[in-house]
Amino acid sequence: MEKQFKDKESIEDVMQMQEPSKQNRTVKIESRNMELYYGEFHALKGINIAIKTNSVAALIGPSGCGKSTFLRSLNRMNDLIDGVKISGQVLIDGKDIYNSKALRIEELRKKVGMVFQKPNPFPKSIFENVAYGLRVNGISHKSFIEERVERSLKQAALWDEVKDKLKKSAFELSGGQQQRLCIARALAIEPSVLLMDEPASALDPISTAKIEELIYELKSDYTIVIVTHNMQQAGRVSDMTAFFYLGELVEYDSTKKIFTNPEDLRTQNYITGRFG
Amino acid sequence: MKTIFKKVISKFVEGLLMMSGTVTTLAVLFIVFYLFKESLGLFNMTPVEDSYSVLVNKNNPVKKLSAQQIKLVFDQEITNWKQLGGNDAEIELFRTEDISNYYSEDEIGKNFEHLAQRINEHIEKHRGIIAFVASEYEMKNAASVPLSVDKITLLELMKGKEWFPTAQPAAQFGVLPLLMGTLLVSLGAILLALPFGIAAAIYLAEIADTRFRNIAKPLIELLAGIPSVVFGFFGLVVIVPMVQQWFNLPVGETALAGSIVLGIMALPTIITVSEDALHNTPRSMKEASLALGANKWQTILRVVIPYSISGITTAVILGIGRAIGETMAVLMVTGNAAVIPHSILQPVRTIPATIAAELGEAPLEDYILKHCSF
Amino acid sequence: MLKGIGVISWEFLTEMPKDGMTSGGIFPAIVGTLLLVLGSMLVAFPIGIMSGICMSEYVKDGFIKRFVTVMTNNLAGIPSIVFGLFGMEFFVNELKWGDSIIAGSFTLGLLAIPIVIRITEESLKSVSKTFREASMALGATKLQTTYKVVLPIAMPNIVTGLILSLSRVSGETAPILFTVAAYFLPKLPNSIFDQVMALPYHLYVISTSGTNIEASRHMAYGTALVLIIIVLMFNLLANWLRKYLSRKVKMN
Ligand SMILES: Nc1ncnc2c1ncn2[C@@H]1O[C@H](COP(=O)(O)OP(=O)(O)OP(=O)(O)O)[C@@H](O)[C@H]1O
Ligand SMILES: [Mg+2]
Repeated sequence: MEKQFKDKESIEDVMQMQEPSKQNRTVKIESRNMELYYGEFHALKGINIAIKTNSVAALIGPSGCGKSTFLRSLNRMNDLIDGVKISGQVLIDGKDIYNSKALRIEELRKKVGMVFQKPNPFPKSIFENVAYGLRVNGISHKSFIEERVERSLKQAALWDEVKDKLKKSAFELSGGQQQRLCIARALAIEPSVLLMDEPASALDPISTAKIEELIYELKSDYTIVIVTHNMQQAGRVSDMTAFFYLGELVEYDSTKKIFTNPEDLRTQNYITGRFG
Repeated sequence: MKTIFKKVISKFVEGLLMMSGTVTTLAVLFIVFYLFKESLGLFNMTPVEDSYSVLVNKNNPVKKLSAQQIKLVFDQEITNWKQLGGNDAEIELFRTEDISNYYSEDEIGKNFEHLAQRINEHIEKHRGIIAFVASEYEMKNAASVPLSVDKITLLELMKGKEWFPTAQPAAQFGVLPLLMGTLLVSLGAILLALPFGIAAAIYLAEIADTRFRNIAKPLIELLAGIPSVVFGFFGLVVIVPMVQQWFNLPVGETALAGSIVLGIMALPTIITVSEDALHNTPRSMKEASLALGANKWQTILRVVIPYSISGITTAVILGIGRAIGETMAVLMVTGNAAVIPHSILQPVRTIPATIAAELGEAPLEDYILKHCSF
Repeated sequence: MLKGIGVISWEFLTEMPKDGMTSGGIFPAIVGTLLLVLGSMLVAFPIGIMSGICMSEYVKDGFIKRFVTVMTNNLAGIPSIVFGLFGMEFFVNELKWGDSIIAGSFTLGLLAIPIVIRITEESLKSVSKTFREASMALGATKLQTTYKVVLPIAMPNIVTGLILSLSRVSGETAPILFTVAAYFLPKLPNSIFDQVMALPYHLYVISTSGTNIEASRHMAYGTALVLIIIVLMFNLLANWLRKYLSRKVKMN
């Protein structure tokens, strides 16, 4: 018993979950004058934003305005694309994620989890999908993995539906279940930030409702940034809303303010559907 | 400890991956350069074998001949030095063994010890002589001088009408007959395979029902994998006698037989690749055309084929590629005569077949092949 | 080709050729072909697969990648007889291996390398980017992503392609003509520096230049059939493996 406990401790060590430093406790994610180019194309223009710890920020804006691009720059997913140039600063927990020597990119991605627009489970069993993140981070302790998988699936409100078929292929789940599996997969490595790119766009209303509920519950432990095209959804789940337009961050304010009394005319036009 | 170990391993594996990429690249470069180096060797070679010399009288003004001229001389098609830019004198041919016509065994010596001297004497006496002898019988500073033979030039290579690398005294390296043979056989194959192949592809992709398609496609793919010797054998026992009978020929091993066999070999490639291309035409495009009142054939001709034309072109190129580079089947059924063909009912020989038949005798073939295959 | 069926018997498959190849079996040729397939596999697979992975996952788009792709494509397009020529000049003469299994294996292996690279590369390329992103987003390194996610997904296609490339190698005649194949050698090889008989070359010999072509015709039919059966088996194996593996990949 005691030994097991010790193992767990060392595993926590390996995971190296960093506590946010004192003075930045309130601001989790911050970008300063961030510019991003795809080759010659200027996709993000001088983005300044600060997102508080344990809050939900929604990114809205017309198609192609750079929401996904911004989201992906928060866990350096854009590094995978050839020809991307980024300048300015992106700070998470007060650390510049692009210029900090001490921060390994894998550490960053472990801390900043991501859920994609289309559910993309691996062609593995349900169990292995959730365990994958643990395994690639060097954890092989069996009972610990089992515990963590169960907890993550419960957090993602999927446990009851899959607990009898953990060894079945993840492809046998419905689209909504697959998306919640992907959320569970992201939660398993205990990130502190969760990025979600239109997580409900491919789902039916019931699954969508489940995921929204989930976001609401996760808010207490995670900082969540969510891209959505659904205004009602943004209104329901988020504390803050950012409106992007043609690569610029036009307005960033509390969700209530954005939806009732936006400052910028462009925001107003977009919200009211008079966007042109 | 464990993590460090893992890091080392992963660095090692990544290094290995990079290295293998590099090694492959280097190997490819090496092969290409090696082939070029070997083929360039040809141009430093004289057509007369190293251990032989062509000798003439010291006073003969002709000092230099091309390989083709030497051949014509020894074939007695050129009989006067005037034709070669020399004096008006008959050309006398002389080979080592002819010496016994002029000198007795005693004069030559039991062990040919005086042979060189006698040959020298003979050449001195006969001003119009041209002698082809082993180099060991050539005497320095004597009445006879070796004729210098032009090195092989690219122009000669391309224009030469004869391919006879083992000819004596001078090897003939004219690739024209081989080139013509290759082109003739390949062209015939494509002409045979193209209409059938594309028709079959259209049938499979657009007309046949799925059940038939699901059976036929794997069968055709299987056909594409059958080794070329088997096709060659099939050609030998079926096509060759057939061609012989149809046209009442003395031999059935002709360019036509080669074309038919190659055509059959290229068919599966052409069918499968162009069928894939046709099949990938988006359903919506076909439906759009049908919805506008076009019938099936109009749709195929005006929508499906234009859409998949690049895939069909690929299929044709792959088919031609297979036909041109194919060696064994052609070697077995075309009769292998290195002459310029005048009809498809004559035996021919293609470049790859030539390599297979004469590999190692001359570094020339790969030179030609490189130029034809790129 | 039906004529071959009557010829095939246990003796035909397991005995040495006799009477100037007009009777007996083709056992040494079968063994020779299998050895050559094995040898070329050992030469081509490790380096080809690793290069394919390197090209698809590690080398960035750009001049180097285009250059290498063009080179390998060129190599894949060169007629097989040229490989034979190269093999003879380089392995047999330059390295002084003589006509031997090892020279033949390397020649056939070289022929297969561009095919193997292409198969690996194409299969990996067809793995959806979303899987890679999902894995990277979980903090996996590139190498982990490659061998835990991308490779397993691509495996059915890679394996199928590799087996088909072996099928092609087993039927090649031109490259072994002057690097390994023995005209008539009714015994099994002792070392990798021995010559062997091989089925395709055996068929070529007994159908065109055997000691008695008419008398060995039935042997030729049999040999042709065996060759076809080998190719057929490779194809069936490839198909079966593709189905089996793609079912399995979804599961583990
Ligand atoms: N890989 C890429 N290479 C080049 N340009 C890109 C790339 N990805 C996105 N872009 C361009 O960057 C701009 C922003 O794209 P992004 O995907 O961020 O839009 P988005 O706001 O997420 O749109 P949507 O709501 O449709 O998802 C677009 O104009 C797009 O064309
Ligand atoms: Mg987007």
